[in-house]
Amino acid sequence: MKIKSIDELRKIKEQYQDFVQLRKQGEGNSEHVEVLVGMATCGISSGARETLNAFVTQLAKEKIVGAKVISVGCIGYCHAEPTVQINIKGQKPILYGNVTEANVSKIIEQHIKGGKPVEDLVLQVDFERA
Amino acid sequence: MEGIRTHILVCGGTGCMASESEKVIKNLGLILKAREYKEEVKIVQTGCFGFCEQGPIVKIEPDDVFYVRVSPKDAKDIIDEHVIKGRIVERLLYKEPSNENTINKQEDIPFYKKQLRIALRNCGLINPEDIYEYIALGGYEALGKALTEMTKDAVLDEVKKSGLRGRGGGGFPTGLKWEITKKQESDVKFIICNADEGDPGAFMDRSILEGDPHAVLEAMAIGAYVIGADKGIIYIRAEYPLAIERLNIALKQARDVGLLGKNIFGTNFNFDIDIKFGAGAFVCGEETALINSCEGKRGEPNYKPPYPAEKGYWGHPTCVNNVETFANITAIINRGAQWFASIGTEKSKGTKVFALAGKINNVGLVEVPMGITLREIIYDIGGGIQGGRKFKALQTGGPSGGVLTEDNLDTKIDYDSLIEIGSMMGSGGMIVMDEKDNMVNIAKFYLEFTMDESCGRCTPCRIGTKRMYEILNKITSKKGTMADLDALKQLCYMIKDSSLCGLGQTAPNPVISTMKHFWHEYLAFIKDVDHPQGEGKYVPKNKIGIKS
Amino acid sequence: MTKQQAISVTTPMTQDLPKEKFDELETFIDQMETTKGALIEILHKAQNLFGYLPRDVQLFVARKLGIPGAEVYGVVSFYSYFTTKPRGKYTISCCMGTACFVRGADKIIERLKEILGIESNEITEDGLFTLIDVRCIGACGLAPIVKVDEKVYGRVKEEELEDIINTYRLLEGKK
Repeated sequence: MKIKSIDELRKIKEQYQDFVQLRKQGEGNSEHVEVLVGMATCGISSGARETLNAFVTQLAKEKIVGAKVISVGCIGYCHAEPTVQINIKGQKPILYGNVTEANVSKIIEQHIKGGKPVEDLVLQVDFERA
Repeated sequence: MEGIRTHILVCGGTGCMASESEKVIKNLGLILKAREYKEEVKIVQTGCFGFCEQGPIVKIEPDDVFYVRVSPKDAKDIIDEHVIKGRIVERLLYKEPSNENTINKQEDIPFYKKQLRIALRNCGLINPEDIYEYIALGGYEALGKALTEMTKDAVLDEVKKSGLRGRGGGGFPTGLKWEITKKQESDVKFIICNADEGDPGAFMDRSILEGDPHAVLEAMAIGAYVIGADKGIIYIRAEYPLAIERLNIALKQARDVGLLGKNIFGTNFNFDIDIKFGAGAFVCGEETALINSCEGKRGEPNYKPPYPAEKGYWGHPTCVNNVETFANITAIINRGAQWFASIGTEKSKGTKVFALAGKINNVGLVEVPMGITLREIIYDIGGGIQGGRKFKALQTGGPSGGVLTEDNLDTKIDYDSLIEIGSMMGSGGMIVMDEKDNMVNIAKFYLEFTMDESCGRCTPCRIGTKRMYEILNKITSKKGTMADLDALKQLCYMIKDSSLCGLGQTAPNPVISTMKHFWHEYLAFIKDVDHPQGEGKYVPKNKIGIKS
Repeated sequence: MTKQQAISVTTPMTQDLPKEKFDELETFIDQMETTKGALIEILHKAQNLFGYLPRDVQLFVARKLGIPGAEVYGVVSFYSYFTTKPRGKYTISCCMGTACFVRGADKIIERLKEILGIESNEITEDGLFTLIDVRCIGACGLAPIVKVDEKVYGRVKEEELEDIINTYRLLEGKK
């Protein structure tokens, strides 16, 4: 579909508001659970691809519907790659660092299923987005 | 696990432990037990929150309430009031020193907000391979607004008023560059995105292209609209395969929805972008060299003037901007020049992305407002020096910059202040060195780099850097004399004054600044061997300082 | 750091380069909208096909574009990404970016040279390894870094290098 005017662009934007609210604040009507995996060069060289694959297979195995695994860019925390952000409705988005394959099941079990963040992996977000 | 509704996080970092956080934990546990809430509430001892000065810190999740200076006596109120009754204990909240406002959410505390992300605003937040996620977060609205609601002059005016300066290193005002290119009379003009990030240790451009490619495409279209170009080029290093792949996907998606191509947003503005690959040459970051390379030639710089804005790609007026510069443009159009100009210092507006690396704990990308101090970057954001060692020096500006020392830690950094203290902004690499690093070796490392990357076009740079490297090698292998140090110094200024382009003109900077700040380290190499001249007794025999 | 790449004009063209690859390169060039300014792009393609840019390939490109061979060689020798020597089966890249350097990359590459018995940009006698030094691959958080083809070894220590190389030697049954 071609976008022909700024109104059409804004309409598309409107349609995505649930998505934006979940992504930015963990609010809105979206029922999805989002798993954002930092997949820039630095992340991939630290094993982000394996982490992403582990999320996909384990979420499927656990039959968790409505969970989306999304690859995103670099968040800048090279010291703690691979990084993963979990967005669940009604919760502040949580950013994890050093999420190796081995930590994936812990996050799924404790956070996605149990609703409690895995504290020892949580990274403090020290920036504000414009 | 299932039944737990609240987590009480207590900081167990060294700072807080010193201020009785153990006792706080013990009391919290005892009271929970007494009130029979042990099954529902869990106490977790966490790592350092990094806010030691206000310790002990207690945080209640999921309420996200943040208490400071909690004494063991306060445990009772936290449980009874907050956990059981849900009332926030006001007296334990953090008070902003300036206005005594209480703050209860962690991210509202200024300490945690040292970083402001404008260029990196979408990185790590959106799927770079999905244009709709970008649109959902307001993407392409700036382009739409520019094309349908603003004149070219109005857009240009916004960019000029924002005070944005080139983020690739030079710091030339972006609006002015656009204006000069706009003024040229020509049917064919080009806009080029410089993504030839050559500074070893800087990787913000790659991160932006990998994490938010559409931001760059959109900004290029806006720039093209202003200067009157219908063709853009992204010149990118072949060493960035992932960024190239994501750019290609982004380009295809933008064309598919008609945001690139003919009659964008139903106007008569046409614009499309090509990708050109570099092949590994640092000098191609220089704009005339970059244009030569785009034309398929050796990437050697040309003498300026004529500037690319007058005669660039295939002789047509061309505007070359860096990736990070472009990444700021859409935010400026969307939020206004005034907002942008309110951030930063008087002459350097907005933020700058730095790649923090070396002997620092939190290696990574940070984006901070101009005017922040190095101390804040290194200690507050970077988490200090690895292994608790002592900070020694910091190199900014890569091979073209200089070292900064402890004395400079409290300088408010922007383009001009960095030059004043003998370095430069550069593309934003920041390499931290600790007491174990030898500065002569560091200088030699950079010289080896520039020697290797010198394109060979002009003699001072081609031969001069080689001679400098040889002398440095002689010094570090303890065979140097005072005469060598003298010759090295003279060479520095000779190369600086006579080279054709920025690469040569700045190549001696690492040597000049390490000599200035760490002269004793150079001397240490000399003194170790038995040389008749000895320290400080050498008198140059002729003008260029080489014994005849 | 990078050794000069020599290309002999007197050695006869003896290497057998597959004709299909020349054909593929020719088709690639023929399908371009314009060859104006496209030399670097064509050389990228050629290096992808052949793995390196020997004299024959450079001359082929020159004839095809109707430009002097010297001009092609001028571009090939200018850019460090292009190589005129064949690569070993595995390419070992040692990152020499600043972040890696301050964390000891200079010692790492010296040790690699010692183990492999070659300098940078050279190929081992058994044809298994090529050692190259690269500028910042952007994983500074893991410095120092050694890459074997696409596999990244982060925070490597000198003493681990021998084991890393031996895994590849074992794979090839050469140990």
